Amino acid sequence: MAEHRRSPNQSAEMAADERGRLGRRRVLGYLIAAPTLAVGVTWIANSNDPQTADAAVPTLPQPEQIFDLGDLQNLAAAPTSGLISVQLRTDGTAYFAVPRAEVGQGMTTAIAMMVAEELDLPMDKVSIGLADARPELLMNQLTGGSNSMRSMFLPVRTAAAIARQRLVETAAAQWGTPASNLTTRDGVVSGPTGRTATYGSLAEAAATSTTITVSAELKSRSEFTVLGRPHNRVDAVDIVTGRKQFGMDRQVPNAKPTMVARPPTINGTVKSINNLAAVRAMPGITDVVAISHGVAIRGDTFGQCIDAIQVVDATWGPGTVDNESDATVLAKLRAAQLPMAVPPLLSNTIDAEFVFAFASNSPLEPDCAIADVRPDSAEIWASLKVPIVAQEDIAKQLGLPIHAVKVHVNQAGGSFGRHLFHDVAAEAAEISQKMGKPVKLSWSRTDNFRQGRTHPMCTSRVRVNYLAGNVLSYEQRHTSVQTDFGHGLGEMITSTAAHLPVAGNLSFAETIFTLSQSSPYNFGVTTQLLNEIPLKFNTGSMRNIYSPNVVCAEELVVDRLAAKLGQDPVRFRRNFLRDKRLLAALNKAAEVGEWGKAMPKGMAQGVGLHAEYRGAVAALVEIDCRPETVNRPIPDGVSGPRVTKALIVVDPGFCINPRGLEAQMIGGLQDAIALALTSSLHIKDGIPLEGSWDNYFYTRQWNTPRDVQVLIMPNTSDSPSGAGELAVAPAFAAVACAYARATGTMPTYFPINHGKLGFEPHPLEPSTPQSPTDGLDHTF
Amino acid sequence: MATHTFKLNGKQISVDAEDNVRLLWVLRDLLGVTGPKYGCALEVCKSCTSHINGKAFNPCSVQVKDIQPADEITTIEGLPATVGKELHPMQQAWLDMDVSQCGYCQPGQIMAAVAKVKQAQAEGRELTEADLDELRNICRCGTYSRIREAIKAGAEDM
Ligand code: FES
Ligand code: FES
Repeated sequence: MAEHRRSPNQSAEMAADERGRLGRRRVLGYLIAAPTLAVGVTWIANSNDPQTADAAVPTLPQPEQIFDLGDLQNLAAAPTSGLISVQLRTDGTAYFAVPRAEVGQGMTTAIAMMVAEELDLPMDKVSIGLADARPELLMNQLTGGSNSMRSMFLPVRTAAAIARQRLVETAAAQWGTPASNLTTRDGVVSGPTGRTATYGSLAEAAATSTTITVSAELKSRSEFTVLGRPHNRVDAVDIVTGRKQFGMDRQVPNAKPTMVARPPTINGTVKSINNLAAVRAMPGITDVVAISHGVAIRGDTFGQCIDAIQVVDATWGPGTVDNESDATVLAKLRAAQLPMAVPPLLSNTIDAEFVFAFASNSPLEPDCAIADVRPDSAEIWASLKVPIVAQEDIAKQLGLPIHAVKVHVNQAGGSFGRHLFHDVAAEAAEISQKMGKPVKLSWSRTDNFRQGRTHPMCTSRVRVNYLAGNVLSYEQRHTSVQTDFGHGLGEMITSTAAHLPVAGNLSFAETIFTLSQSSPYNFGVTTQLLNEIPLKFNTGSMRNIYSPNVVCAEELVVDRLAAKLGQDPVRFRRNFLRDKRLLAALNKAAEVGEWGKAMPKGMAQGVGLHAEYRGAVAALVEIDCRPETVNRPIPDGVSGPRVTKALIVVDPGFCINPRGLEAQMIGGLQDAIALALTSSLHIKDGIPLEGSWDNYFYTRQWNTPRDVQVLIMPNTSDSPSGAGELAVAPAFAAVACAYARATGTMPTYFPINHGKLGFEPHPLEPSTPQSPTDGLDHTF
Repeated sequence: MATHTFKLNGKQISVDAEDNVRLLWVLRDLLGVTGPKYGCALEVCKSCTSHINGKAFNPCSVQVKDIQPADEITTIEGLPATVGKELHPMQQAWLDMDVSQCGYCQPGQIMAAVAKVKQAQAEGRELTEADLDELRNICRCGTYSRIREAIKAGAEDM
């Protein structure tokens, strides 16, 4: 066996001289001039991951192992001069505005935990809001690449620690006693004589009239009482009582419901509206205008907008991919596959090709945005992961200076990549400008599937040469319809390109690919390359960009290799893994998941591994492919094979919130099951056929395993890994491998049911189908 | 435009709307009751699930004219009052299991869960895994496992 490489997180360990006694780390920030105590911290001063980018690129480890996408985002965030700040209020609460979008990943909870920990304040006294677009924060306002936790971990704690220290110093000065005699707990400073003062009572006295630099010590891991313990979500009560306000629920005066009748192909245009007067005369309708990609309709209710869509008679112009269908796209992808470098070794070669269909990243909340565009200013409300890019683009589109456009970030009902873009906010702005009125635009469910962003179709070809029990070469050629990164990651890259440990003139997508992909195995000469074809679909990432597909292909081939070499899949992986943390996770999964136990014919276990975002996951699933299960009747839904049991073992580096982490693992698993077995878009003549959730088969209760377990490995680092996307790839691979073992056939087209259209498509026109009226016949 | 009257979360209300407007929009756009979520308006995603006379239904697929003055509509906002508490046991179970992620589906999930449990109770039988498999509510964040746990726990206290 070759030597183990350094684990990815080793580089995140802090140098000994940065720590004081107790292993505490000294950090810097500012007391900001404000009426009550306010502390600011720059991103750069306390960047979580060391910036190792100037280190020479080692020849052996693939770049992802020394420097990944999250590092890149951290590095790109560094030049910002903007501060993030914690403010203490006189009621004793601390307020922190997160410059990121909360879309369900539990980030606000984790950040509240960081503040509570370093400030010694109860969780319910920490209030977290979402910051408006702040151009001075540059790319710090990007929620993507599972990067939030990693980049916020030190700055947020630093701000809170400084605030705590300042409160202690303030009390010490008032009481004429040294600060070292004072302690803090639950938002109260206590002195030696039993004297106490609440934070709220000190908030004004602790304020400063000039901004000054201060330093403080962070707690060491062993002193944590909040971080690392399970905490429920801070917005849970609001959610279960229906009080949580999503973008769709927001009311802005006179911003009436607005929808768009759309052309029958992706990005189609409007030539003419042939019955404008008739549409305008529909009940409840106030305005109808042609816009770039459809006919916008504003009315008293969304239902009346849908009614009006039914009667629109328009002449449509062409879209951007009118002649494309699944088969034409696949043919183009195959023609663009990069060649393998190593010739096949005849009988000792595995050559495999895997195809992954288009998939929708639509969350449950339909895309929506409110826009109020006036002649010299505009105000936008939308769920945006990159609000400053939205602000800049929308200002340009409206012909307004950037500062005249105010962009507010809404809480979103999920994202999965969709809210990296501001298509809907931009369209709302266009409509509001054309109508001269505020609008609350919602894309319909069907719009979301048919015109919304997709994870593009891709192929992954793998060639492996092996000889006498060794693997000589592993080559993977990933070919994808272009993924759109037009959300600002590109600007980050440009500004930081000089620091990247990737050589040559890689395209932006190739850079992302290189920084996010690496094989965890000792497979000799290893190359993983990406090529993209420039088709004008509306694309984007979806709970990860490339990994689910790349890893699924790799792990299926690993299982096949194991079989060729006469080894059990888990034993084979143990022999060839070079990532220690993955190996530990695999061993745990095999033990707890009872790998190798007897299963009935038609059922099997499968395992999948993946390390990324400085985290490592092993997934072990059991699948039931017996006919009585596959053919179980489900009205208006797909049955097919069922994953009956799933175990996810995760090494998150440092685990901030076990409950939140477990939730992210469970969510990633459900995505994985959908990607492997049921959910895809069928492209036909320039548009997806899917128009509702009963066409796009995301995992439903009847597909989900009844037995799901998440195990969190002991911390292996002081810094948290990304979690939101981490489980998708390994769980996808595990389901695919289990399916192959249960059926004896390695699947090569995903999802496995893509070949059979399981529904009757809604017509293309009207673009949004009329709502049913028979709801009272289906009560229970 | 006609005036429609019905009982909403314990109060008799009236609202002016065209007959065909689906109840979901009457609730959300005209009355500002936003607990029932819009996820499809096709009677598929179930995120609008509410109760009519104690049974689960999807207001996105019922015209307001089909609601009678004596009908009692309960949305998530009115659920606690049906048991005279701050929180319905099912909501409490949701908190205990920390089910929610983005939360968009959860009002509908909870309303469907309550109806499903009541259905089994009315039939005098235990809630089964097969019952849970029948729930059609989408959760795009994939919280299904915790939803199942929460329903079982909530059922104990109902
Ligand atoms: S919105 Fe009513 S079922 Fe989807
Ligand atoms: S919690 Fe997001 S859709 Fe269910």
